[in-house]
Amino acid sequence: MIPASKAMLTKVVVGAVWLFAVVWPMTGITPQGFEFGKAFSIVGFAMTAVLAGLGLWKLRQKLGAAGFKPFTALAKRSSAMPAWLWRGLLLAVLLGFPFVSSRYGQDVAINVLVYVTLGLGLNVVVGLAGLLDLGYIAFYGVGAYTYALLSIHYQLSFWLALPLCAVMAAAAGVVIGYPTLRMRGDYLAIVTLGFGEILRIILNNWMQLTGGPNGLLGIKPAAVYLPDPQNGWEFARVLLKSPEAQYFLVLAIALFTVVSVRRLADSRIGRAWEAIREDETAASIMGVNTFAMKLLAYSLGAVFGGLAGAFFSAKMRFVSPGSFTFIESAMVLAMVVLGGMGSVPGIVLGALALIALPEVFRDFENYRMLVFGAAMALMMLFRPAGLIPAKRVGRRSEEAHS
Amino acid sequence: MDFFLQQLINALTLGGFYALIALGYTMVYGIIQLINFAHGEFFAAGGYMGVILLAWMNSQGYMQTHPWICLTIAFVLAMAYCAILAMGVEKIAYKPLRKASKLSVLLSALGMSIFLQNGLMLTQGVYDKTYPGVFAKGALQVGGFNITYLQIIAMGTTGLLLVGLNRLVYKSRLGKAMRATAQDRVMATLVGVSSDRIISLTFAIGAALAAASGILVGLYYGSVRYDMGFVPGIKAFAAAVLGGIGSITGAMLGGLIIGMTEIFSAAYISGEYKDVFAFIILIAVLYFMPTGLLGENINDTRV
Repeated sequence: MIPASKAMLTKVVVGAVWLFAVVWPMTGITPQGFEFGKAFSIVGFAMTAVLAGLGLWKLRQKLGAAGFKPFTALAKRSSAMPAWLWRGLLLAVLLGFPFVSSRYGQDVAINVLVYVTLGLGLNVVVGLAGLLDLGYIAFYGVGAYTYALLSIHYQLSFWLALPLCAVMAAAAGVVIGYPTLRMRGDYLAIVTLGFGEILRIILNNWMQLTGGPNGLLGIKPAAVYLPDPQNGWEFARVLLKSPEAQYFLVLAIALFTVVSVRRLADSRIGRAWEAIREDETAASIMGVNTFAMKLLAYSLGAVFGGLAGAFFSAKMRFVSPGSFTFIESAMVLAMVVLGGMGSVPGIVLGALALIALPEVFRDFENYRMLVFGAAMALMMLFRPAGLIPAKRVGRRSEEAHS
Repeated sequence: MDFFLQQLINALTLGGFYALIALGYTMVYGIIQLINFAHGEFFAAGGYMGVILLAWMNSQGYMQTHPWICLTIAFVLAMAYCAILAMGVEKIAYKPLRKASKLSVLLSALGMSIFLQNGLMLTQGVYDKTYPGVFAKGALQVGGFNITYLQIIAMGTTGLLLVGLNRLVYKSRLGKAMRATAQDRVMATLVGVSSDRIISLTFAIGAALAAASGILVGLYYGSVRYDMGFVPGIKAFAAAVLGGIGSITGAMLGGLIIGMTEIFSAAYISGEYKDVFAFIILIAVLYFMPTGLLGENINDTRV
């Protein structure tokens, strides 16, 4: 046996022993006595998975980059076609989707699009401006509750409430952004997390306004006026209740977000954000108003969260604090980072991967978050830049110093 | 006045729990500048390990005959368990990322936290697990207020562990090596300190302290839950930041302050919003004193 494989074998054995030492006390000690079967099966399963993964990894190393060739060839060919053709094709697929899919498929698609909006909004803060925000879901909550309250108490229509939700979320962004502007990195992360929790606790306890943990009921769905062919093409008010209608609504919001974020990234503001992300000191010396730009990043990022939130409450017709927990923030952040920070297609792919893929494995419902956590850690080990890395990313200032 | 003293005792107990968790954060942050998000999960795992061991010993009848020995054994085993768990987690999720960007490590830690929490949920179930109530709920009457026996156990154990840790860090060779690694990892390696081993041990010690806190909390409140690690974890991190991250005394002080804030705001202002006050204190301190009360105790190559 060659030494290298021997070292590998020792590692695997040590790993198996460690896993057993960790798993057995949790599964095997019961008041009735000791039990070993469960721990053995878990360790056996994990070891098979690890060995299979190792095998694939070795295989990939042996084949080199050859395994990825079809992918790059496809990318090359796709860039040869004109962009408008691609966009048109994509739009046609997106518009046609609800007519070919089942109700379940539409539900999943709606979910994906909501998260695409959230991911892109967070991308403005984390991906472009480089401000690590762990409380992003707060803006989603602000948007959702704003529409819920406006709809219940003032019967305001969705379309009038939508800009108000965006404004409220932006205001929340400024409120959270202002005191945190002096902080960087880890401190910023923890303080934004604190803000997210504060909002959730307030939503949970302000009984008169938010209904506390019971949430708010009786929110009106969005409505549009459409010509009715049965009634001589007269305009009739249609409530957007069916999954198809909701799909088109959220598709519009998501497309608006995609276009806005792309435009923002390419604008002067976007460049300023990227400058701040790469090196804040240098950016401020070169005349970027870092204070205003960071606040702007917070509030503009929050706007998209607010839009997604308004849609969420119009769709569910019910909001409760349970939907705005830290784990949601972590999910959205994971999408942004797994997909590739700062890259729009990356984040769309990230949302697809994190929302749609687990649906495929619905039978393993209980293991879903377990796998999610493990995948997040593994991604960081093997592909820290994300699935589709952004084109314009330099060495982040934090990396250079740590 | 009696009410105040009573609350003070409660606050010291709770603050001690936070201080124990905060130490793990502060030591790890002091050495590798990482917010170990999974740290709260070691606290929960410790609490579960305690209930598993005590329940087993209870069913075997040892608890009735030798309660103190059983409790000690539960503490030692649970702390050892979490230390082993933490060393493995460090090796799998953090060690390969030593040179990666901070965000990558933070996300890896977040992933680990979700993984461990769901691991606990899958093996232990979603419902609360109750501690065997062998330790009498009696109380000691001192003047006009009560100290329950559980509070005495909690404060005694916390004090013992804090003194032990202080001795370990400031009096032993290992402590010296830890402080050297925290100050300058490269330099420490050059003079013969194995920094990988030290980092691994730091994780182990931090997790062991968190595990002890987990059992104490389980005994004190009577039950544990799979997701009990998150909120105390965040508050303990707030405590560490409050005291000046990287500083051990700071973490203890921060823990006590967070505990007091929580108890006194619950007693005098509002019970529902007690968590909000802890976060507000954190934000206010970071806003006015970005390096915490005692100053950040890490080398400045980071900034």
